[in-house]
Amino acid sequence: MSAMHHPTRDRSKTVIRRHSLFTRLWHWLTVLCLVILLMSGLQIFNAHPALYWGKDSHFDSPALSIGAERQDGEWRGITQLGGWRFDTTGLLGVSGPEGDRDRRAFPAWATLPGPRWLAMGRQWHFLAAWLFVPLLVAYLLYLVIGGRLRRRLLPRTTEWRHLGTLLIDHLRLRFPRGEAARHYNLLQKLAYLTVLFVLAPLVVLTGLTMSPTMDAAWPWLLDVFGGRQSARTLHFLCAVALLAFFVIHVSMVLASGVVNNLRSMITGRYVLPPEEESRHDPTS
Amino acid sequence: MTRPPDERRRRFLAGSLLATGSLLLGGCDRLSRSGTLQPLFDASEALTQRAHRLLASREALAREYTPADIAPTFRPNGTTFPRERAYMRLAAGHFRAWRLEVDGLVERPQAFSLEALRALPSRTQITRHDCVEGWSCIGQWTGVVLGDLLARVGVKDEARFVVFHCADRFPGGDRYYESLDMREAYHPQTLLAYALNGAPLPIANGAPLRLRAERQLGYKMAKYLMRLELVDSFAHIGGGRGGFWEDRGYRWWAGI
Repeated sequence: MSAMHHPTRDRSKTVIRRHSLFTRLWHWLTVLCLVILLMSGLQIFNAHPALYWGKDSHFDSPALSIGAERQDGEWRGITQLGGWRFDTTGLLGVSGPEGDRDRRAFPAWATLPGPRWLAMGRQWHFLAAWLFVPLLVAYLLYLVIGGRLRRRLLPRTTEWRHLGTLLIDHLRLRFPRGEAARHYNLLQKLAYLTVLFVLAPLVVLTGLTMSPTMDAAWPWLLDVFGGRQSARTLHFLCAVALLAFFVIHVSMVLASGVVNNLRSMITGRYVLPPEEESRHDPTS
Repeated sequence: MTRPPDERRRRFLAGSLLATGSLLLGGCDRLSRSGTLQPLFDASEALTQRAHRLLASREALAREYTPADIAPTFRPNGTTFPRERAYMRLAAGHFRAWRLEVDGLVERPQAFSLEALRALPSRTQITRHDCVEGWSCIGQWTGVVLGDLLARVGVKDEARFVVFHCADRFPGGDRYYESLDMREAYHPQTLLAYALNGAPLPIANGAPLRLRAERQLGYKMAKYLMRLELVDSFAHIGGGRGGFWEDRGYRWWAGI
């Protein structure tokens, strides 16, 4: 419909400034930090590849454990989740090239450093954390104080009505075009709000709860998360959730115009995808 | 109007991303081995220690738990049975001949028998032990508050660290040792513990005496204690980094 009302607009490119310099710098530095944090985190996890719920470790009943068992003269990777057992040879528990199998929870390609080296994994983890946390705090303040949170990220009440259609359109890889692409849609807003204001603070606080000195400084951390081992499990789950966000985020970037999206996060300039008659929905 | 198929461009991008990724990973491993980033790692440790000192006051206590929280067995780690002949002789004699030497920068160097330590005022606390590997275990410890013992021998002003010398050699050949600075040493929960869960400290957990430093990770809490040495620097001891694991790449500040 709008294509008929604005016939000229479809042919000329509309370029908008989508991301400020600070946002772009923050984005790429945070990508670097999160990759290092995730991979060094898996290295640290490998030192004791089990998760528990509560104040301490009930070694007989972990919520999750990744180990290796000898079956018919061969090591098999066994992952246990509650009462479930899975053979995960090749990925979890036992991995590496055939004939030179290594018994380790997460495989060498997923950890930083690659070989088993807890002391070095910790150094990478804490160094990246010292970059990630101040950047996160600065960015959240920038969003809140600069008004960007309200203008760009908080959903308007009217938006919720279209949640269903938006979801179906996203699953069919049909994304808002033209004027509708000028602002984040509801799904983007919800995803970014969850990551920035829920997952990121949660991953930091559950990480701090694992520090015995921080537990002495802020004993409430233990009460909020139900104990140090619960906090460790939540920390792991946050990392899984952030990884899931990463996968979806990158897929959406790839599916909705990789060059345009990448350019907008590098130079700040974003070309509004033109409205297309072929994509025009006659029922609307 | 229809977008040009940028399949090739996409594949090129994905390929370069993969290549960059594996290059970065290889680079990170090389960086880990070469020590290029060590100054950055050192700075991050110093920052952590400073932040902890800022947030956790001198007196801030580690959480203490209830008897119901005590784990059925306290998981031993590291050395669980020292094979050194001198230690085995002491153990065979129920540690009656064992003495804790306290020397270095002190006014009155002294040796304490187990009986003498047990006769001193004691503290009992149920606390959580956090291993650097990630697990935790709760146990009840009874022992002498280290600060009380230090007051008895009179610490000289120059002393900056307490070094804990142990009886055991962990596979690797070197004798285990650790160190605390005076702030952690004088913390009210820092104990020289001789009992675990109301019974004499088992050999697996460090008999006859071990350190409890409740705001630190497990590797700080030296077992099989033989001697406390007060020093102004630990550069001349062991590998010079203040502890057995510190000499093997773990950080001296074990608050995280």
